[in-house]
Amino acid sequence: MNFRTLWRKAVNAVMLSLTGVCALVAVSVLLFILGYLVWNGGQYLTWTFLTHLPAPVGEKGGGMANAIVGSGKLLLIAALTGVPVGLLAGIYLSEFGGRTFPFLVRYTADLLNGVPSIVMGIFAYTVVVLPMGHFSALAGGLALGAMLIPIVVRSTEEFMRAVPKSLREGALALGASKWKSVATVVVPAAFQGIATGVLLSLARVAGETAPLLFTSFSNQYWSSGYSQPTASLPVMIYTYAISPYDDWHRQAWAAGFILLALVLAANVGARLILSRGIRVAQG
Amino acid sequence: MEGSSESAVMAQTSEENPATASDEKQRDVALPKIRVRDLDFYYGARQALQGISLDVAANKVTALIGPSGCGKSTFLRTLNRMYETVRHARVEGEVLLDGENVLSADVSQLRRRVGMVFQKSNPFPKTIFDNVAYGPRINRNHAGKMTLAEVVEHSLKRAALWDEVKDSLHKSAYALSGGQQQRLCIARALAVDPEVLLLDEPCSALDPISTAKIEELLFALKDSCTLVIVTHNMQQAARVADMTGFFLLGRLIEFNRTEIMFKTPSKKETEDYITGRFG
Repeated sequence: MNFRTLWRKAVNAVMLSLTGVCALVAVSVLLFILGYLVWNGGQYLTWTFLTHLPAPVGEKGGGMANAIVGSGKLLLIAALTGVPVGLLAGIYLSEFGGRTFPFLVRYTADLLNGVPSIVMGIFAYTVVVLPMGHFSALAGGLALGAMLIPIVVRSTEEFMRAVPKSLREGALALGASKWKSVATVVVPAAFQGIATGVLLSLARVAGETAPLLFTSFSNQYWSSGYSQPTASLPVMIYTYAISPYDDWHRQAWAAGFILLALVLAANVGARLILSRGIRVAQG
Repeated sequence: MEGSSESAVMAQTSEENPATASDEKQRDVALPKIRVRDLDFYYGARQALQGISLDVAANKVTALIGPSGCGKSTFLRTLNRMYETVRHARVEGEVLLDGENVLSADVSQLRRRVGMVFQKSNPFPKTIFDNVAYGPRINRNHAGKMTLAEVVEHSLKRAALWDEVKDSLHKSAYALSGGQQQRLCIARALAVDPEVLLLDEPCSALDPISTAKIEELLFALKDSCTLVIVTHNMQQAARVADMTGFFLLGRLIEFNRTEIMFKTPSKKETEDYITGRFG
């Protein structure tokens, strides 16, 4: 073997192991976070934590039941406002658009997707909190809903586009109107993908803190209805983590663990839906 | 298979010979199902069809042959206006269905009367039953007093698929073989009881046995339907069609009874194509 061949082999080995090491680093960061959170959060996760209100400072015990329910309420408002708009706009882009207008919408959606989440919070603050005069679950939910829209628009459009043209033609050739063919053939064919996109987008905004800080704010107690300041898991984590109390730090870990579990469950659920969808499509 | 189909064509055409033998051009005696006059078709600035005039006789099989890109599929798509899904497609001329102007008709109504089967079978990702029931459901025309289930059964029988799928009506249509899927698409088109059925190379992706089944089907359907089939396969045209039209470069070169087209074509281009000198 001459020098050139040896050199090539050496470069090959070095580069291959470098990519491997970097892949390992990427994965281990995630595993480290996961493990740390499970270790720290898991041990403070108790039934009381899930079912009780926060305890006053200095008192032992207490939980974050109001924040868990609050996060659920915020996501519900976000889903009710953001998902329909995102879905229909995505369908429009894929099925009905011309050239210029869809280009603008697509471009705007991508821009909106890149807008820092705190700016979304300022937007909701200006539009909802200022006129109402106080923080509310509604404002927080709308801020999250606005964040959902661009994600849902683009994922819906992509999955709708993946439906073969021949299915649309098949429906049109039977006398279906354009809308009918979209509603009865294309959307059902793309349904698994669309549902996955919605679920992933909800998981994505569930962990947002910044847009909630001055919209839904927080609350140490139960909030009734949707017009009061409302506790949410991300804001509770933020508040508890920067507090000087060890007991609160532990609770923040537990809350982080729950949030992670929810996001993970949504991700796994989405994968399951999608894999089932592909099986059906392939027969 | 081929021989028997051929003789069936002969039998069919010899029956009508007394009426038409006296004058080959005496096609206007019976009112045509579809009448096309001076049809020009444009994709944007590009002209795809030039001055097509042709009559499609009722309850006959009309085949359109020609090399790829000659405009025969485009022509087929003007008959139910499926060309409208293509941006900047434009038609000039006259297309009449039973004397009514196709180009200005309500497009949903038109497509209920003029069904279409595509080159690649395109069953919906639904059950076999739901595929066939799709047309009647969206059009809410359960052909008279028949229930939806009866319509589905009747349509599957007409498409010669019933015996193969009657026990799996509620299974996914994707579980069927390619040939069965294409017959399912035919059943789906028949379920709205169309007067005309357009077939765009329906057998091009099928094996010879599936092809033979569909060709048999076309004979059976002739009684209740007017059929127009685009095909790459000249033997298929010879086997199934009563009338054959030859397209070349966007023009209808020749249109005549199938046996005349294949035995004594009057145009040199037709003869060259049929004898395999090009295309």
